[in-house]
Amino acid sequence: MQSAAVTRPDQIATFSAPRQSRTVKHGRPPVFILVPAAAVAIAMALPLLYLMVRALGAGGLDLLLRPSVVATLGRTLLLIASVTAASIAIAVPIAWLTVRTDLPFRKFWGVVTVLPLVVPTYVGGFIVVVALGPRGMLQGLLETLFGVERLPDFYGFPGAMLTLTVLSFPYVVFPVRAALWRLDPSLEETSLGLGFSAKATFLRVTLPLLRPAILAGGLLVALYTLSDFGAVSLLQYETFTWSIFVQYESSLDRSLAAFLSLLLVVVALSLVSLEAMSRGRSKYYRSTNGAVRPVSMVKLGAWRWPAVGLCSAVAILALALPLGILSYWTVRGVSAGEPLLLLWSAARNSLIISGAAALVCVAAALPIAVLATRHPGWIASGLERMTYVGFALPGVVIALALVFFGARYLTPLYQTHVLLVLAYLVLFLPAALGPIRTSLLQVSPEMEEAASSLGSNPFRVFTSITAPLVRPGLLAGAALVFLLTMKELPATLILGPLGFETLATSIWSAASEAFFAQASAPALLLICAASIPMAFLILRGHR
Amino acid sequence: MTPAVQCTGVTKAFGNVQAVDNLDLEVGEGQILALLGPSGCGKTTALRLIAGFEQPGTGTISVNGSSVAGPGVWVPPERRKIGMVFQDGALFPHLTVEQNVAYGLHQREGRRERVAEVLRLVGMGELLTRMPHELSGGQQQRLALARALAPEPDVLLLDEPFSNLDPHLRHQVRRDVLEILHQSNSTAIFVTHDQEEALLLGDIIGVMQEGKLVQVGPPEDVFHRPASHFVAEFIGTADFVPGRMDEEGMVTEIGVFSTEDRLPPGVHAEVMLRPSDVAIGPCNEGTGEVVDRTFKGTHYLYSVALPSGMVLHSLQDHSAYYRKGERVSIGLAADRTVTAYMSSDDGSGDKLGAPLLLRTKTSG
Repeated sequence: MQSAAVTRPDQIATFSAPRQSRTVKHGRPPVFILVPAAAVAIAMALPLLYLMVRALGAGGLDLLLRPSVVATLGRTLLLIASVTAASIAIAVPIAWLTVRTDLPFRKFWGVVTVLPLVVPTYVGGFIVVVALGPRGMLQGLLETLFGVERLPDFYGFPGAMLTLTVLSFPYVVFPVRAALWRLDPSLEETSLGLGFSAKATFLRVTLPLLRPAILAGGLLVALYTLSDFGAVSLLQYETFTWSIFVQYESSLDRSLAAFLSLLLVVVALSLVSLEAMSRGRSKYYRSTNGAVRPVSMVKLGAWRWPAVGLCSAVAILALALPLGILSYWTVRGVSAGEPLLLLWSAARNSLIISGAAALVCVAAALPIAVLATRHPGWIASGLERMTYVGFALPGVVIALALVFFGARYLTPLYQTHVLLVLAYLVLFLPAALGPIRTSLLQVSPEMEEAASSLGSNPFRVFTSITAPLVRPGLLAGAALVFLLTMKELPATLILGPLGFETLATSIWSAASEAFFAQASAPALLLICAASIPMAFLILRGHR
Repeated sequence: MTPAVQCTGVTKAFGNVQAVDNLDLEVGEGQILALLGPSGCGKTTALRLIAGFEQPGTGTISVNGSSVAGPGVWVPPERRKIGMVFQDGALFPHLTVEQNVAYGLHQREGRRERVAEVLRLVGMGELLTRMPHELSGGQQQRLALARALAPEPDVLLLDEPFSNLDPHLRHQVRRDVLEILHQSNSTAIFVTHDQEEALLLGDIIGVMQEGKLVQVGPPEDVFHRPASHFVAEFIGTADFVPGRMDEEGMVTEIGVFSTEDRLPPGVHAEVMLRPSDVAIGPCNEGTGEVVDRTFKGTHYLYSVALPSGMVLHSLQDHSAYYRKGERVSIGLAADRTVTAYMSSDDGSGDKLGAPLLLRTKTSG
């Protein structure tokens, strides 16, 4: 999983390239860093190892060759390929327009086109059902206007692909925009100076330079699609995550669920290594590491209106329409006397559990980030890689691994909030690690050395210098984990204690029973709550 | 008297690179040592070894007579009583000027008084509540110095402390720092690649090359009697004129030099000449030809070609003015002693024997 070091989900939160400087410290890492780091890494890897043992015990090849398994694999891969391709096709033009052109209201579009990340896929899924289903809102509209009585079936592949593309393309926008910002303008200027046209320069210089960022973003979209549970289950497109969940819920023998999970792990790891391989051996550096010179802006001329049209279409599809539909159904529900009481307790549960997850993830990520940046070596890279499991693995798999492991070895914790937070830790630690790592790289170790030469022992150096200086990274990491936990569904469904309702689970249970009015209010609330950490992350990136 | 800092046979390797190679060094109390060398010569590593940020492979380091690193001995940096001033100051950006200086005094009584005293010493008594980013470059460097001086360290280490300042400011800050160091009677080691800075600040100068200390001595010694071709070229500009020993002395293109050393005839050497050692005079039959003249403000620097094609440099004041192409006589300036190095077999010029002291044999 070497490549995970380069393409982690944190790329959606960290825009700035780390300053090139000596950041490594020689000498052994202090015990108060090493011991917690090792503990976290082991805690993260153990359940997964146990899952593997269980799955291999299920009896391999004949399960693999079952037609239903093969078909599920095919559907999953088809969905991944099409969502990834469509996301790249939307995201690259948007990234370019919002960074390199005189697009009207450029900054506004820059923010708006990444906001769809706050909409969970299960919300997107039920909105698609409500709006585009055979007897949905669009059909209703067409019936009054033209007398259309039934729309073609939108369930299955088309609905899932549309939902996932619209909600995950910002994962490509983020790294591509960051790469465009960092692009050394002299490379393009050289090409223009050699007599190539602007178009040829874009195709032959700019686009190849963006390739690593596009691939990195594409990998995030692919993994997001692979791990999605909400949209595919609401839209009834049977991929791995859904069949695993169905197997887990319905059958007493959970070996098949374990086996399918392991297969999902293999697909995830293949995607990661595919990206690493296609990135190739070429490395992309700025040729000078001086101050970033502002790049020249492309004048769009008459093309500015189609460009605004593209951005608006995406924003309407991914933000305005969902919010409008949710508001409409919320108002309808409230006026029909829908009780809101349950909503408040679910919201409170969501906030508390997400806050706890954010705290735990940041606390666990800090020693690992210190180890990885200050004391690189085989211990550090080994521990760091163990923590990447959550990056590539779907929530369903990690939840199942923890169910197996918890029911067997952690019985007192089974069915408690502690195990749920542990699942969030495994899932979102890599996300917290990214911003913390980046801010640690920006703190010169000379600062720490100065502190120790002034008589501070390593512990005081850490608490009085290092920790305050990486506070922006800690906050960004916490905000990201908070956002991801708020949206998380499958692990919360599987591991949540009995009767524990969060916004996510109440949306899902209402939506899966087709009580759309009941699902809309919590969905609206969830999107609003998730927008707060998102706004923080965006503002931080723009500073 | 025990030296303030003593390194004996200190070695440090990073992978295959021998960063510091068998370093022997002694700095007396109140002395300022300038460690000078090109980048990558190991001077910063030497400093970091003394500070305790690196552990030596072999050898011992002692501060004020007590061993801080060596076989079975390891005193961590926080217990060495060594102050450190970094190239970019490494000021704590989240603390005010006052808190930066107070950081090293956390368990002390009278810390407020000490902070005020040190800040007065560096001329920043009024800026207590400023944040580091609100200070000018010179102020930042003086704050870094104040912070390091506050706990009254036994030794102060400075790693290229002036290299990030612009030239005008650098002169001022250098003078300030030197004064502060003398006032506080500090023992200091500072690292620089700027020979002018080393000559200005160092009571003694140590020149490093590829991890080895190749010469230690007072600035005048190092400048006028460099231990090797490398040192001579690194400190100031120098020309090297080939010579050959015969019965009369060292015979070169610009004259014959005498030496008190007994050398077998036939030995080859090169004579080091600083531009200020080279005298030129108007002479139509002179062997030299002026090929270039550079105006240096207070002086002219002439480039003079010899019949062999070799070019020597000569520093002359304004009263001596020569045109390009003019013929001049060339020789050693009156009453100068110059140094010569034995030519090495491989012709590299770096592996030279002991320096010879040479005088002009005859005047004229």
